[in-house]
Amino acid sequence: MPLLWLIGIVLAIAVAGYVIGRKRALDSAGGDPRNLHSLPSYYGSNVAMKVVVPSVLVLLVWLIVQPIYVGSVVSGALPDRAIADGSSRDLVMAEVRRTADGLNNAVAQGIMTDEEARDMRADFTDVTQRLKDAGQIVTSEVTQPILNAAQQFRAMNATGAIAMAIVVTLLAIGGLLWGLKESEKDFRARNTVEQGVKALLIAAASIAVLTTVGIVLSLIFNTYEFFKLYPWYEFFFGTTWSPSFSGRGGSSELGIIPLLWGTLYISIVALAVAVPIGLFAAIYLSEYAGPKVRAVAKPLLEVLAGIPTIVYGLFALLTVGPMLVSVFGKEGLGIMQSGTAVMTAGLVMGIMLIPFVSSLSDDIINAVPQAMRDGSYGLGATKSETIKQVVLPAALPGIVGAILLAASRAIGETMIVVLGAGAAARLSLNPFEAMTTVTAKIVSQLTGDADFASPEALVAFALGMTLFVITLGLNIFALYIVRKYREQYE
Amino acid sequence: MYDAPHYTERDVAQTDTKISAKGVQVYYGDTHAIKDVDVEIADKTVTAFIGPSGCGKSTFLRCLNRMNDTIDICRVQGDILLDGEDIYDRRVDPVQLRAKVGMVFQKPNPFPKSIYDNIAYGPRIHGLAKNKADLDVIVEKSLRRGAIWDEVKDRLQAPGTGLSGGQQQRLCIARAVATEPEVLLMDEPCSALDPIATAQVEELIDELRRDYSVVIVTHSMQQAARVSQKTAFFHLGNLVEYDDTSKIFTNPEDPRTESYITGRIG
Repeated sequence: MPLLWLIGIVLAIAVAGYVIGRKRALDSAGGDPRNLHSLPSYYGSNVAMKVVVPSVLVLLVWLIVQPIYVGSVVSGALPDRAIADGSSRDLVMAEVRRTADGLNNAVAQGIMTDEEARDMRADFTDVTQRLKDAGQIVTSEVTQPILNAAQQFRAMNATGAIAMAIVVTLLAIGGLLWGLKESEKDFRARNTVEQGVKALLIAAASIAVLTTVGIVLSLIFNTYEFFKLYPWYEFFFGTTWSPSFSGRGGSSELGIIPLLWGTLYISIVALAVAVPIGLFAAIYLSEYAGPKVRAVAKPLLEVLAGIPTIVYGLFALLTVGPMLVSVFGKEGLGIMQSGTAVMTAGLVMGIMLIPFVSSLSDDIINAVPQAMRDGSYGLGATKSETIKQVVLPAALPGIVGAILLAASRAIGETMIVVLGAGAAARLSLNPFEAMTTVTAKIVSQLTGDADFASPEALVAFALGMTLFVITLGLNIFALYIVRKYREQYE
Repeated sequence: MYDAPHYTERDVAQTDTKISAKGVQVYYGDTHAIKDVDVEIADKTVTAFIGPSGCGKSTFLRCLNRMNDTIDICRVQGDILLDGEDIYDRRVDPVQLRAKVGMVFQKPNPFPKSIYDNIAYGPRIHGLAKNKADLDVIVEKSLRRGAIWDEVKDRLQAPGTGLSGGQQQRLCIARAVATEPEVLLMDEPCSALDPIATAQVEELIDELRRDYSVVIVTHSMQQAARVSQKTAFFHLGNLVEYDDTSKIFTNPEDPRTESYITGRIG
């Protein structure tokens, strides 16, 4: 029975439970809702909740546990002789799964009957041929142990699915009965439903938090794997980045310093562009611009934030790069070799960050109470004196927060760097030279065809971990600054 | 209970007119907020504006230092003369006008700076102090005039926002005084304060009268009677009656004034 059906049945029971529970509660109150503890719909919701929640939870757990359990049983039953030299149990298990899928599809297409697929003594060469005829990809000849394992795999999965359907349906019906039994006029259905809603909200919040924890854990494990293959001091203190994809381990030099330097340099250029422009734009929009200008200019500025970064990358590659070359290149000052450079990426990234700085700062400046401005005007201060000495200091914590937010965007930005700054990892002070960043290198390390267990691929996780720690540190620093100023100003 | 001090009338008779308003009309968009108000405000006197909420007394007060300029939809017509000069004249810079006509607001609004910097703000932007020592003198003098020096002299670098409500309001008065204004406008300066802080601020207002012309908007008739020598009664945008405080509270000419001070309208 397909999963969709099962969910459909549970939902149907829930809907029926809602209607019946509501009616039962009303009946117990003699048809007058005023005699009920809660509104009638709460009784219905209570029943529906009791139908859905336990059965769906069990369903989810079952769906996660069953493949793991079946896999381990079948894999344990595989005889050692079925595993060829140079292969591993995991690879054979993958073969088993593929064969089982192939059998399933063949049955679904009507090429094989169910009995034939289950037949333990079937001729496996024949099965291979028939699977191939059915358009199922079979990488190698299906051997006897693999076929048997695949058949066992299918059988266990089929039993599991039926058992799951029965258990889930029974749970749903049990929940229905439980809920209906409770549906009488003195039951506090409203409070129960409220508890359920609260649990739902808590679940949503914990999923968000747990996902973060999961991401960090996966980073940590892979980073740990990497440091088993590559010495950590060479990673953190190495000044050369030259991964070799052909060779193994030793011939690669994976020093993070050139990448970190590129990241910081490009981010600094970007912030040097974005912070003054964004801040001044915010001040103009919030303090000087009339309502009409503001109504047009603010959305226009925010459109910048909606442009995909790849478009900025193209802009860097096709417009800004050549423009800079025409000024600083061979024809001009002669200090720029090609269009891809720190300056190109930094400028374009700065443009991308303007709306972040301006939009957030604008909101923060607007939040400064009018009483502050009145107080300053009342003392004979001009508009710019008021802004400089009263409004900006009061808004400072928020503005610092906005800038640090922009900084972490800059550090994490990838596309503009790939297209605008080039791919050469290099330590240099010249902003007109090509450099690259941590994020761009993560992409190139994982998109190559390196073996996933090699240090050249695993280094991506170490890079990601380092980046994560840096942005985390930046955010903590931002919080510290914001709190410090807040103590002083409120 | 409305015992206006009797010694004041003689003082009033001797002083000159500081601000003279003639035929002032104020519009907020289409709303006619102030209708044809004539007022002569005397120097070295406390003048109180009283009236029910929304009668236009605060609006009129804000006309006197052109604070209404910061509101886009507000239009002011008529003449307001400060020492005989039209403050709405093109040649008058509202910024300099506001240094001469200081203002204290309803809610205490100290800047998010230290107590010292709050007071030094005005003198700094107007360049009143030649050096740090000069500025220190101005700050101390202003805080003394604001009757708050003794309470804050040991913590001038503490944030002004950390003071109590009454202290904050006296700090704001001291801040306004620091720019050496000629007129001090107060928009319900005690409405956010408790009775003790109110009494302190009222005492301060009476002292300020020696050097400045003070105009105070208030909701409390007792306060008007206690602190002012002249009282103007506004109603629905009109100036109904303007006279000596003792006269207004004991023998008003207009029946509307009498109704208001006896609590029948408001």
